[in-house]
Amino acid sequence: MRRAIRLFLFMLAVALPALALPGGARAQELVADSSRHLVAITTGFVGTEVLLFGATEGRGDVIIVVRGPTRTEVTRRKGRHGGIWINEAEVRFTNVPSYYWLASSKPIDKLLRAEALDRHGIGVEHLAFATSKKIGERDLAGFREGLLRNKVKDGLFTTKPRDIAFLGDRLFRTTIYFPANVPTGPYTVQVFLVRDGRVAGAQTVPLNIAKVGIGADVYHFAHTSSALYGIFAIVIALAAGLLAGVIFRKV
Amino acid sequence: MQIYLPIAEISLDVFLLLAMGGGIGFLSGLFGVGGGFLMTPLLIFIGVTPAVAVASEANQVVAASVSGVFAHMRRGNVDFKMGAVLLAGGLTGSSFGVWLYSLFRAMGQLDLVISLSYVAFLGIIGSLMLAESLRAVLRRRTPGAPRRKLHQHTWMHGLPFKMRFRKSKLYISALLPFSIGFFVGILSAIMGVGGGFIIVPAMIYILGMPTITVVGTSLFQITFVTANVTFLQAVNNQTVDVVLALILLLGGVVGAQFGGLFAGRLPGDYLRLLLGGFVLFVGGVIMFNLVVTPDDIYSIGRVAGR
Repeated sequence: MRRAIRLFLFMLAVALPALALPGGARAQELVADSSRHLVAITTGFVGTEVLLFGATEGRGDVIIVVRGPTRTEVTRRKGRHGGIWINEAEVRFTNVPSYYWLASSKPIDKLLRAEALDRHGIGVEHLAFATSKKIGERDLAGFREGLLRNKVKDGLFTTKPRDIAFLGDRLFRTTIYFPANVPTGPYTVQVFLVRDGRVAGAQTVPLNIAKVGIGADVYHFAHTSSALYGIFAIVIALAAGLLAGVIFRKV
Repeated sequence: MQIYLPIAEISLDVFLLLAMGGGIGFLSGLFGVGGGFLMTPLLIFIGVTPAVAVASEANQVVAASVSGVFAHMRRGNVDFKMGAVLLAGGLTGSSFGVWLYSLFRAMGQLDLVISLSYVAFLGIIGSLMLAESLRAVLRRRTPGAPRRKLHQHTWMHGLPFKMRFRKSKLYISALLPFSIGFFVGILSAIMGVGGGFIIVPAMIYILGMPTITVVGTSLFQITFVTANVTFLQAVNNQTVDVVLALILLLGGVVGAQFGGLFAGRLPGDYLRLLLGGFVLFVGGVIMFNLVVTPDDIYSIGRVAGR
């Protein structure tokens, strides 16, 4: 509760100067920030929420897009061969955000035209992925939909924009949810101010998602000094096995 | 209580993992089987990727088998010469197996290969266990059934590179234990098992080793082969989750002690009948998952290697 009050006071502090400035002055049209700039994945991590808030100068609608680091995703299609389902074809999509989250104060197609949505990558249908292979348009659409469906199933893509709550006309807030399997790395949170069918202002809020603590050390160790990690894993197992043998022999 | 597994990259309930380790450990104490062939499918059922399940389970088998080796060594039940030949085959086979594993992973067919291997082996072992225990149950009811001949000469005794294994009182071709070790090594790498369920019957029925040296010698080879698999998986695929292996191990050692306590008190033949049924059931579930139309024929994966 106290945290909420502090946050609200902070929001006011952010918003008040914007409110105090006369219209037409060269004020920042949009200010936004998040409750955290680092999401730490610790041993007990089960997913978390991050509060995103801000204020707009004058009327307007807000769209928020959160993206994880891009990576290459392999999408595979199964087919039935000899009675069992086997991966029979694959397409590699590059430039796929590992996480994609979207919120809007109104349905996005009512705020911006398709070209603008494409340009800013607002909405999963408007994301441009590059593919590795030449394959037919219809086949490709199937793979693309398969990719999106799996990402939604894993809780990493949001297809239906989430709500943004306005307090009065100017203060807005929303909550971003990151599931337990959230990919790590630098994230970008883009906040767009939309007025009269065009983007009137934009701001990027930095956000980092990183593994910390023992889990992070283990992961780092396994990926940077793989051979040493392998030996370490064997030694631990040998020690644990011998220790267990000794303990239970005495019992 | 959820715990985030750093390599598997998912959160799982610690108590669920401990219970799984304990349950499989109990079975291994009761029947003297390693349990890897049941643990790996269970891990896959609860959402661990097959790649991580196989590699981490190999790591756990190292721990589960090493204390057994020392116990058998103290009693003088390890045939080191036989163990060394088996191990030479095992190290070659497991290295080849890890190479195959990386190859299938790059092709996107690893999950299929793991599943098919499990269906085949769980099916065979389950059926053999059922048949054997049924025979035992029947034999008990009809005393005086004929016993099988202990030692028979076959084509295998004509193979070259004959070696004398004093401890096991055998004079056989080194190619035999080497090939058995090689074959089990491949299985160890691809299925994340120690392979005791293959190597023990192979030593008894193919090599004709005396039962007393079989268990200790097989554990000796299993410890080194699974250590080799752990090392190579860590280097090539980064799929060994030490945290997962340790939690399973913790449950496993406790479960195995209790299993050992019960081993002499329960009717063994009927228990083997149950275990055989359970093994067939697990194999059946994996088979069913391969045959049934998937919810989504599209799946996604990260680019192999990274």
